[in-house]
Amino acid sequence: MAKAYDALIIGAGVVGNAIARELSRYRLNVGVLEKELDVGMGTSSRNSGVLHSGIHYKPGTMRAKLNVQGNELMKGLCRDLKVKIQYIGKLTVAQDQVDIETLEALKAQGETNGVPGLEIIDVEKMQQIQPGVGGIRALHSPTTGIICPYGLTIALADNARENGVNFHLSSEVTGILKTENGFQVKTAEGGFFETKVLINAAGLYSDAICRMLGLTEYAIYPCRGEYLILDKRLNGSLSVLIYPAPRKGGAGLGIHLTNTVDGNILIGPSNEYVDTADDYACTADIIDQLKKEGQELLPAISTSDFIRGFSGLRPKQTPPSVKGFKEFVIEARKDIPGFINLVGIESPGLTCSPAIALMVRDMVGEKISLEEKGNFVTERNGFPGSFHDLPEEEKADLVARDPDYGEIVCRCEQITKREILDAIENPLGSRTIAGIKYRSRAMMGRCQGGFCMPRIVQILEKDFGYRPEDYRLYSPDSYLFTGHVR
Amino acid sequence: MREMKRDLVIIGGGPAGLSAAAAARQVGCEDILLIERDRILGGILNQCIHDGFGLHRFGEALTGPEYAQRYIDKVNDAGIETLLGTIVLSMDHERKLTVSSRKGYTRIHAGAVVLAMGCRERTAGAISLPGTRPSGIYTAGAAQNFINLQNIMVGRRAVILGSGDIGLIMARRMTLEGAKVEAVFEILPYASGLPRNIQQCLNDYDIPLHLGTSVIEVHGKDRLSGVTVAEINHFQPVPGTERFVPCDTLLLSVGLIPENELSAGASVKMASGTSGAFVDDTFMTSIPGVFSCGNVLHVHDLVDHVSDEAALAGEFACRYLDGGIYRTDTPIAIEPKTGVRYVLPQQVSGKSDFTLSLRVTEPSRDRAVWVRDGDRKVARKKLVRLHPAEMIRIKVKKEKLETAGKLEVSVQ
Repeated sequence: MAKAYDALIIGAGVVGNAIARELSRYRLNVGVLEKELDVGMGTSSRNSGVLHSGIHYKPGTMRAKLNVQGNELMKGLCRDLKVKIQYIGKLTVAQDQVDIETLEALKAQGETNGVPGLEIIDVEKMQQIQPGVGGIRALHSPTTGIICPYGLTIALADNARENGVNFHLSSEVTGILKTENGFQVKTAEGGFFETKVLINAAGLYSDAICRMLGLTEYAIYPCRGEYLILDKRLNGSLSVLIYPAPRKGGAGLGIHLTNTVDGNILIGPSNEYVDTADDYACTADIIDQLKKEGQELLPAISTSDFIRGFSGLRPKQTPPSVKGFKEFVIEARKDIPGFINLVGIESPGLTCSPAIALMVRDMVGEKISLEEKGNFVTERNGFPGSFHDLPEEEKADLVARDPDYGEIVCRCEQITKREILDAIENPLGSRTIAGIKYRSRAMMGRCQGGFCMPRIVQILEKDFGYRPEDYRLYSPDSYLFTGHVR
Repeated sequence: MREMKRDLVIIGGGPAGLSAAAAARQVGCEDILLIERDRILGGILNQCIHDGFGLHRFGEALTGPEYAQRYIDKVNDAGIETLLGTIVLSMDHERKLTVSSRKGYTRIHAGAVVLAMGCRERTAGAISLPGTRPSGIYTAGAAQNFINLQNIMVGRRAVILGSGDIGLIMARRMTLEGAKVEAVFEILPYASGLPRNIQQCLNDYDIPLHLGTSVIEVHGKDRLSGVTVAEINHFQPVPGTERFVPCDTLLLSVGLIPENELSAGASVKMASGTSGAFVDDTFMTSIPGVFSCGNVLHVHDLVDHVSDEAALAGEFACRYLDGGIYRTDTPIAIEPKTGVRYVLPQQVSGKSDFTLSLRVTEPSRDRAVWVRDGDRKVARKKLVRLHPAEMIRIKVKKEKLETAGKLEVSVQ
């Protein structure tokens, strides 16, 4: 028996989940198919976590419009969903006269796009904002911010779930059939679905989904960006994001330092095309390059400050021979009625996601009538930040009510047993170690789980009946243990 | 929030904290509180089920839990108050602590504090191991916890990176539990673990040790499928020496880092060579009344030495509470010179005898460690074998220090 939906979304990244959450406001049957064991396992979680202002894109493009709109929408969305976000602003720094002209052009472009508060500032003002910053002028964009990218992706899914969306994890789409009134979709795991509207939000695999419907004009070229994560010791070294003024021939926005909402600093990303959409390796040469450039940008970095590296893949539509950016594809296909196609949503896709969701909602509305539910739950339970960030008195009160808040399991990040239990018992039912990490922040600190992972394993055994063979890092074959010792 | 006042608060219930508490009680400190984040005392010794502990201190080879139990008994017999399952969240320079447990938050005002938090292991991220991020990569200590305390086997075919003692111990443990240990790879030209562990854990089980060789890439998308190793010269892989070693498990024993985040929060001055606090010969840090000992001060190779050092720190903390420790205006600095990686303490009063602890930078034979004040000999210790893995201790007499300005320690 096929499971029947009004709208079925392929891909539980930030874009798919934002669409799911938006559609969950209406009297619709909505499903999401995700090939991984959890949401947000691809590009959505593996990026700088920057909320862009929208100065970089040509006026009139989809990218420019969605970026400015998404930036504005994110404020309320993160408040409702309790996602960490900080509008800390950005300095784009000029080193010479040519750069200053670039800044002026960027400012004019940003203003045409509707970016508020842009200002070209002199050295004195630059030093007030970020003491020690180099350069002779800077464009200050106050609406640039930082956000927890996996936190947002998970929060959107949790809220969509609470509002009735079904998430089918471990469901990799292998075949799509266009029928008279919609689509039939098969998964590798034997799932069979019918839907009136089908939405392709498959990110790095969006071209593959297109091909299943006979659309061969799209191709995704994964372009890897590597990062290094720095110890929280350096928290406070940066009060604002700092980028060099873009120069001709430069790729991407260049290697830079980005503070995260949790107090780490990221160095990266690099820019290198790879052959497969799952090649998340970190490479020796780029690790060395990032360390060198990072230490040039922030001399206070010592060798013991590098706590981990990771990489992400940009779903680029332009091959290595072309480089550069190509406009997002967000379209309701006229030749395939009911198919809404999203391809090449790379940077600033995270910022754009709430605006993309509205755009897709309108496309869905042209196909099926949208009637608002009376009982849509806007807000998500939880703290605005994390337990650790609460005032001490408030924390003490919570411990008095729930002793699990008093038991610190992850000592580096000071994550409590209650937060671990909440992460394990998440609304989506994902139970991987990576999922617990992304949800609770345990194992993300300087000891990388050396101390707390054995304790989390113990909690899963004692409270959830796990056997040694049951633990997974993030995928079905990423088993942690081979069995009992004896 | 509850408030509490204690004369002496000891942070950490491992070998250092236990010994400090027992010693402080023995010299008359009545009001002691020992705080341990785990639910039992003993610290990392609880997972060290092999023997060899206590040869110096007790003249017999005990297991880790047996060694710990001797001190736990002392602490319990002396009726010392302990808070288990309790973590110290913060400490300020006035020795005000905030602690958390299932019973709630408590603020503790301490007359004196002994820092005995131990150390943590360096991770794959910290050494920026290139390659993918599959499952099957563990620090040796975490694997030891899974196998010895939780009856969980981490893998079947292992490679060990780094020749630290825990890695050597785990090479033997994995073998005894039926896994195949392919080899131990050490980037340095010499092993970083104790010679007796090389013999008893590797040689006795025919596990090869490859010096000057390291893992340069990790492979496997889901579970680890193997590693590429290569000879290393000046921290760069030697072209042509790369080879693939299939394995499902990689254990890391690439260094220990004193866990000083609490100390840093209280702005305790740190020393560069040890990654621990800067201390004088009473083990007092830059903050009056705050003492440091054990692996949080500097990483030890023998727990016996941890116990000795911590007992002294406990006694001095007690003496501080009685008003018996004065800081001198003219401390004598001690500095590591040729062939010496670090010395401890970093400064002394010169008013009493003390023991210097030090580590050398590289292995050598038939040398002497010299302690000099300018050209004048203050102390000298001749050694047949000097090795970075083995801490060297030298007694220094106060009579030799009367006119000293600065002491320099070197290997000749």
